[in-house]
Amino acid sequence: MNHEIILAGFGGQGILFAGKLLVYTGMIFDKAVSWLPSYGPEMRGGTCNCHIILNDTAVGSPYVVTPTEAIVLNKPSFEKFEGSIVSGGKLFYDSSLCDNEHKRDDIEYIGIPATTMAYELEAAQLANMVITGKVLKETGMFELNDVFTALEKLIPPKRAQMLDINKKAIEAGFNF
Amino acid sequence: MEKVLMKGNEAIAEAAIRAGCRHFYGYPITPQTEVSAYMAKNMPKVGGLFMQAESEIAAINMVYGSASAGVRAMTSSSSPGISLKAEGISYIAGADLPCVILNIVRGGPGLGGIQPAQSDYFQATKGLAHGDFKLVVLAPSSIQECVDLTMEAFDIADQYRMPVMIMGDGMLGQMMEPVTFGSYEGRKLPEKTWATNGTGLKRAHNVINSLYIDPDTLEKTVLDRDKMYQKIKETEVKYETENIEDADIIMVAYGTIGRIVKNAMKKAREEGIKVGLIRPVTLWPFPEKVINEAADKAKAFISVEMSTGQMVEDVKLAVNGKAKVDFYGRTGGVIPSPDEILAKIKEVAGGIE
Amino acid sequence: MSVVFKKPHALADVPLHYCPGCTHGIVHRLVAEVIDELGIEGKTIGVAPVGCSVFAYNYFNCDMVEAAHGRAPAVATGVKRANPDNIVFTYQGDGDLAAIGTAETVHAAGRSENITIIFINNAIYGMTGGQMAPTSLVDQVTQTTPYGRKPETQGYPIKVCEMLSALDGTTYAERVAVNNVKNIRNAKKAIKKAFENQINKKGFSIVEVLSTCPTNWGLAPTEALKWVEEKMMPVYPLGVYKDREDV
Repeated sequence: MNHEIILAGFGGQGILFAGKLLVYTGMIFDKAVSWLPSYGPEMRGGTCNCHIILNDTAVGSPYVVTPTEAIVLNKPSFEKFEGSIVSGGKLFYDSSLCDNEHKRDDIEYIGIPATTMAYELEAAQLANMVITGKVLKETGMFELNDVFTALEKLIPPKRAQMLDINKKAIEAGFNF
Repeated sequence: MEKVLMKGNEAIAEAAIRAGCRHFYGYPITPQTEVSAYMAKNMPKVGGLFMQAESEIAAINMVYGSASAGVRAMTSSSSPGISLKAEGISYIAGADLPCVILNIVRGGPGLGGIQPAQSDYFQATKGLAHGDFKLVVLAPSSIQECVDLTMEAFDIADQYRMPVMIMGDGMLGQMMEPVTFGSYEGRKLPEKTWATNGTGLKRAHNVINSLYIDPDTLEKTVLDRDKMYQKIKETEVKYETENIEDADIIMVAYGTIGRIVKNAMKKAREEGIKVGLIRPVTLWPFPEKVINEAADKAKAFISVEMSTGQMVEDVKLAVNGKAKVDFYGRTGGVIPSPDEILAKIKEVAGGIE
Repeated sequence: MSVVFKKPHALADVPLHYCPGCTHGIVHRLVAEVIDELGIEGKTIGVAPVGCSVFAYNYFNCDMVEAAHGRAPAVATGVKRANPDNIVFTYQGDGDLAAIGTAETVHAAGRSENITIIFINNAIYGMTGGQMAPTSLVDQVTQTTPYGRKPETQGYPIKVCEMLSALDGTTYAERVAVNNVKNIRNAKKAIKKAFENQINKKGFSIVEVLSTCPTNWGLAPTEALKWVEEKMMPVYPLGVYKDREDV
């Protein structure tokens, strides 16, 4: 396993949590992992991103320059990271929000209407989980149940009612 | 041992609490505020104190007070705040008090920026404030090291009665990695018979002080402290090496850059360039011996930093003319990419062949 | 033979370095007497300032910490918070407390830090040789106000007790003087109360002591005592400025 992933979108879209979920799953399975968020005033209302690394041995630079996968939930992030993906890499994007033209022919574009699907689930804030489901399906990096195990640990007991809807959102993305 | 996923800032705070620190004095500044937030939330749970001081200056002087009283005390800040604490740190060193200071370095000078930098190397290792004194400076490069070195920092401080600085940057402070707690065993430490915690009318009064009006007396205290520093230089040096046995070029890099260069090293090796790495873990004492010995075989060194070139001076002193010493750095919060570093490696490789 | 006068136990048996006519010695003695009378020497920690009383750490038999200039209230906070059962006092001059250390003073009061501050106001920087203090009087001639302190350029004296009494956190603030026997007796009462407040966990107490500096005022010791009465007291009236009974 060697994934160097950038997740990006607007603050509030759950970018950092989606990254944390993947990294936490990796940790449970003894992968070498790191999670690096953008921080500072840009986080407030602007775009935010996080860099995550999942591999079998050790993480060198936690800063991802050329991602193997980019997961973007808005147009500016699509534009910003499309060019940096490694040749043969994948660009996951929320097709309900991004109508960007596809400029490269050496990467795979995988669109999913994550925000629309989240609305249909009556969980508008869970586009992050929908697209995560799609990422799991297309990369095969973890089994769905393994991610659910991590989810159970990450969602605090006092918000346990959120667990099912998160799982549903991931499943919806996975089965899309 | 159970693995937990933690941010560097939080891991350092948790490690401090586990090391028995119960007195933390802070002041908000990006990008280290999570340390204060974590302390504010968790210190009360263990009967400890988090205090938000009125200034960085007050915070370090509260540390001075608590350290005088014989308890483990800590403060944390980021570059501009450390400059404000400089006065207090000098007094702490001059009064032979143990404490731990965290600097999550950001770009400077002045208000600078808030992104990761290493431009406080000189400040930490050479001249943080007035007078002949040193700090032990620890530079973790992973979250696990943040934990282990923080716990050890308190022991080093207590063993030698001196301030110890942990120096990271915003990247280390903000990133998460899996860590485990509880592997650190701890040192055997002397009792703090010097503490000002009340004579109980059973002993002569203790005085915590850095004032010596008589020059001969002051010189003696400074020289005694210097002897201790020389001992620390022999016993407390920490570093990591990788691939230096056959290396033509050795990179020297610490902290977060100490791991970014590993990507560049891997790529260079794939292209047949024999590159190695010496990663100082203690910035003071600096691992000069291992660098000097490596210079017998290696043809060139590259100091890679997030500054305009600070540690490179120590690398040159350590190499002592035995090999070429080059530098690559970005500053102001810009993180050098592995490819940029690789390009520098190739340039240096071209020059030595 | 019965002893009718002796050095307090809390005062070290060493010669003090203060100038002839300086009233620091009197205040030191009052503090030491109070420590003796309250039986707290074994658990008291004093914090010395930078200024004429910098060597106070040699003059008291309790544990002592020397602070950087102005930082004594922050240092005292650290000492007190480490061992809340200790009794912690600072002994500071006007430059230390009301100029370079204003923030530390105000915020210690704001937190109602359970410490005792003995504040020596002699309207001048003594140790450095007689420069203007934040508490120097209007028209007072000092080395750095050779034409007198002019409000239009050097501003007005800072009235510490009045200022701190405006803060909710200040439990007790009293201004006293040590220029005659009656005032000295009152000063001791105030100092004792400031320590008792701490013992009773009542919070921040400060006693401002109008003091003399014959050397830098350029006056004979007896004239200096008069100067306190005639020049200082009209600007700095004696009395209790704050005494919270509700804590």
